[in-house]
Amino acid sequence: MLAWTIYISFLGVLALMVLPASKAPAARTIALLSAVGGFAVALASFFHFKANDTIEITNADWIPALGIRYHLAADGISMVLVLLTGLAAITGILFSWNIEHRAREFFAFYLVLIGGVYGVFLSFDLFLLFVFYELAIIPKYFLIAIWGSTRREYGAMKLALYSFIGSAMVFVGLIAVYVAAGARTMDLAELAGFHFSHNFQMWAFPLVFVGFAILAGLWPFHTWAPTGHVAAPTAASMLLAGVVMKLGAYGCLRVALTLFPLGLESWGFSVLGFGSWADVLSVMAVVGIVYGAMVALVQKDFKFVIGYSSVSHMGFVLLGLLTLNTTGLSGAVLQMFSHGIIAGLLFAVVGRMVYDRTHTRDLGELQTMHLSKLIPFAAVTFTVAAMASMGLPGFSGFVAELQVLVGAWAAFPTLAVLAGLGILIGVAYTLRALQKAFFGEQEDVERSAPTQTMGHPALMPITVPERAGALLLMGTTLWIGLFPGTLLNLIATSFNSPLFEWVKKGAGP
Amino acid sequence: MSYLEVLKLAVPEAIVVLTGLVVLAVDLLELRELPMRLRLGIGAMISGAGCLVAIGWMLALPEQGNLADGMLVADPLTRLVKIALLVLAIFTIVISLETDFTPHVGEYFALILLAVVGMMFLVGAEDILMIFISLELTSLSLYILTAFDKRSVKSAEAALKYFLFGGMAAAFTLFGLSLLYGLSGATNLGQIAAAIHGPTLDPLLLVAIVMTVIGFGFKVAAVPFHLWAPDAYEGAPTPSAAFIASGSKVAGFFIFAKVMMIGFAGAEGSGAWQAYVPGWVPVLAVVAAASMVLGNFVAIVQDSVRRLLAYSAIAHAGYMILGVMACGSQGLGPLVYYVITYAVTTLGAFGVVSVVQRQTGGDRLADFAGLSRRAPILSFCMMIFMLSLAGIPPLAGFFGKFYLFAAAMRTGPKEFGLLWLVALAVATSAVSLYYYLQVLKQIYVRESPANAGVLRTPVSSLAGVALLATLVVVLGCTPNLLLAKLACTVPSPMAAGVAK
Repeated sequence: MLAWTIYISFLGVLALMVLPASKAPAARTIALLSAVGGFAVALASFFHFKANDTIEITNADWIPALGIRYHLAADGISMVLVLLTGLAAITGILFSWNIEHRAREFFAFYLVLIGGVYGVFLSFDLFLLFVFYELAIIPKYFLIAIWGSTRREYGAMKLALYSFIGSAMVFVGLIAVYVAAGARTMDLAELAGFHFSHNFQMWAFPLVFVGFAILAGLWPFHTWAPTGHVAAPTAASMLLAGVVMKLGAYGCLRVALTLFPLGLESWGFSVLGFGSWADVLSVMAVVGIVYGAMVALVQKDFKFVIGYSSVSHMGFVLLGLLTLNTTGLSGAVLQMFSHGIIAGLLFAVVGRMVYDRTHTRDLGELQTMHLSKLIPFAAVTFTVAAMASMGLPGFSGFVAELQVLVGAWAAFPTLAVLAGLGILIGVAYTLRALQKAFFGEQEDVERSAPTQTMGHPALMPITVPERAGALLLMGTTLWIGLFPGTLLNLIATSFNSPLFEWVKKGAGP
Repeated sequence: MSYLEVLKLAVPEAIVVLTGLVVLAVDLLELRELPMRLRLGIGAMISGAGCLVAIGWMLALPEQGNLADGMLVADPLTRLVKIALLVLAIFTIVISLETDFTPHVGEYFALILLAVVGMMFLVGAEDILMIFISLELTSLSLYILTAFDKRSVKSAEAALKYFLFGGMAAAFTLFGLSLLYGLSGATNLGQIAAAIHGPTLDPLLLVAIVMTVIGFGFKVAAVPFHLWAPDAYEGAPTPSAAFIASGSKVAGFFIFAKVMMIGFAGAEGSGAWQAYVPGWVPVLAVVAAASMVLGNFVAIVQDSVRRLLAYSAIAHAGYMILGVMACGSQGLGPLVYYVITYAVTTLGAFGVVSVVQRQTGGDRLADFAGLSRRAPILSFCMMIFMLSLAGIPPLAGFFGKFYLFAAAMRTGPKEFGLLWLVALAVATSAVSLYYYLQVLKQIYVRESPANAGVLRTPVSSLAGVALLATLVVVLGCTPNLLLAKLACTVPSPMAAGVAK
């Protein structure tokens, strides 16, 4: 049944293609219906899903001559991420309810992206996974280049090229895996059981891991992320940060780590204190956490703050993956979910609630507007999102980042401390943005009160779709924060499956 | 061997030749007085019908045979490639329907058909004499087709350039082939391979290899023998350019691979990283690497979409040479799949360019600005073609790349010997996304000029382009349609060469 998440999205695309171009409301409705349909399917499967289980969805011959199969399945990890995709899809559409310019095409590209993302999370054949993965690149380009804002063509092209270079690296690795395993199969489970030579894994692992991690915002290949997020229209930046970056992290987990666990073993020599790829990559992840947070601290553009915060939070995901223990890995997957929700919320406030109304994202200008009085709902939403993002207990971010830190403490104690530092800076930049954007200083009010009332007439009130989307996301982050077990249980038990033998063996440093 | 046998094997070719003559005669005798559009329509109808009959014949009465030591070979694989060539010719004819570059309708269609006949014989030849003759028949027809727009200086210049380079390349080929004959005393590819097979490589054989590679390298527009391509693609009338880019590529690569695989069997050598062994594989490795790098990087700065397609063709020739290198051990399957899907894609792209050029008067990138608002279906087709060329799934170009690169990766005595070349190919194809997106950016992102209305797309062109786009999508989503055919036709590696 879960396969229908993919099919409903693509059916939505077909329906949009036959729709006359002028009918924006109809396009919105179709898009929302198919997103809700996909989410409903995901939710229904979620409630039926039992921990420790892998559901087979379809497994049919696709290209028999090459042993490539159309194999869709879901374990707990896929299930959680599919749920995230469903939520992100619906809220993204709710927050782009005001798109009038070429609305039909907008939603068509949007649904192609969603369908591709669902596909990646559900594919258990490496070839199929890659097909869906690349399918998601092109719509991103058009969404940003056509409907974006600041330097949209540049941002879009940068993002497309970074993604494509990353997937080119993965592609080389994928062909090599296929050939090394005798060119008979692309099935993930079979490939995971195949014993690739140590030498092979040593070069294939970094190639594929970094290839995927580029899309997850791994420092120093993260630069596409802030520019892309800033240039993108609200819904696209919600999706980019919310689910597309997760595709990269998911690929790292599902492909790189699963197929090449030996690639993490020690090189047998050490250079500058680095003795294995695990060392190198985890340091890069932590640099991403700290560096992203520090850069976010000094941004003038509200959206850049959130863009860099994504890089920082995704660093936790990558760090969690590299810990190679169940705690860290579960934390990483939970952080994918949590960050998907929180980043969606943050971008929704910045892009839709604030920028579409004030037409500026400059924190200095916003400071003089007193948005907390003009659009109190936005202020409340952002405050909640900020608390979740900072990792306050009771919100999803806390549980996820705590898990990652605990896992990291076992694997790399020094780095765990540094990552903790990243959280502190995270509090600083989030509070700074919150305060500047919504709660401008008191003296400023008195000084500039006459001008700003003239300059900024009453803003459009927050619309119903926006409220609905915001409440949905806030509810989810609270739900996970209060009852993390609902997801954690599914995630943690997934690591018992044969695909994740390597976790038990305790490969790595 | 009796003439009846020859006739039986060559019926499809004979049908196409006869159609060519009929088109000439009908146009000359009956159509002179009719309005241009009607003349074009009737001429196209007759030519298309001839091609269809030939296809039908091959499907209904599959003949198999090998006449006079490989002078004329018919087997399931050559039949598949011939059908592909005829289909490409039909689409070329459809694209020509809406053009007005020449009043000589009969001659034009007859030349297209003659070029097809040349290609069909080329595909079915395993004898160096026959290969050379068919190559010349194809090339001469294509030179004239390039020059067919007599009102355009560019067309004449392109044809002259194509002709001069082509003549030179033919001389090289002939020289290489005559050396081969001198070395082996045979003209049949299989016998040549048997004669030259030895523990060490004769230096003369190396010269012959290089000469032959130069000749075919010209035909398939590989660096450094590519200089004619951008001008020919830009200057020739669009349908001619489309046919050069598609049909000629298919036939050229097929015979290229066959000569290398069968004729030079045993002289492969190795192009593996740090394990170089002289032979034809390292020669091709150099040519392939140069083509991929030069083609993809020069395409970035092109402003004319046709020139962009030309450099993209050069880059793709580089990828396809990987397939030639792989065919020694992996068979012709990956190469044939790639080259056929590539031909379909590029033909479609030229179809779109043809419509746009006629309406806006140019093929600059800026002429495509805002096309998606002016001709949505045409734009969507162009998106499919461009993304397929860039290798985005689920389109045919992606699967072709995977199949081809996987085959190349398995080639060679050493495991992953050609990894460096495959990595280079994938890396340069990542570069190529940039310029394909440049075209799509104009079409989808930029606004059209203020005074531009809806673009009038002729029904025939639209139908042709849409069909080709559908084909690209279908072949990409279900590669098995073509693979299943290839699987039962591809002779087991080496068997073809050694057995004869």
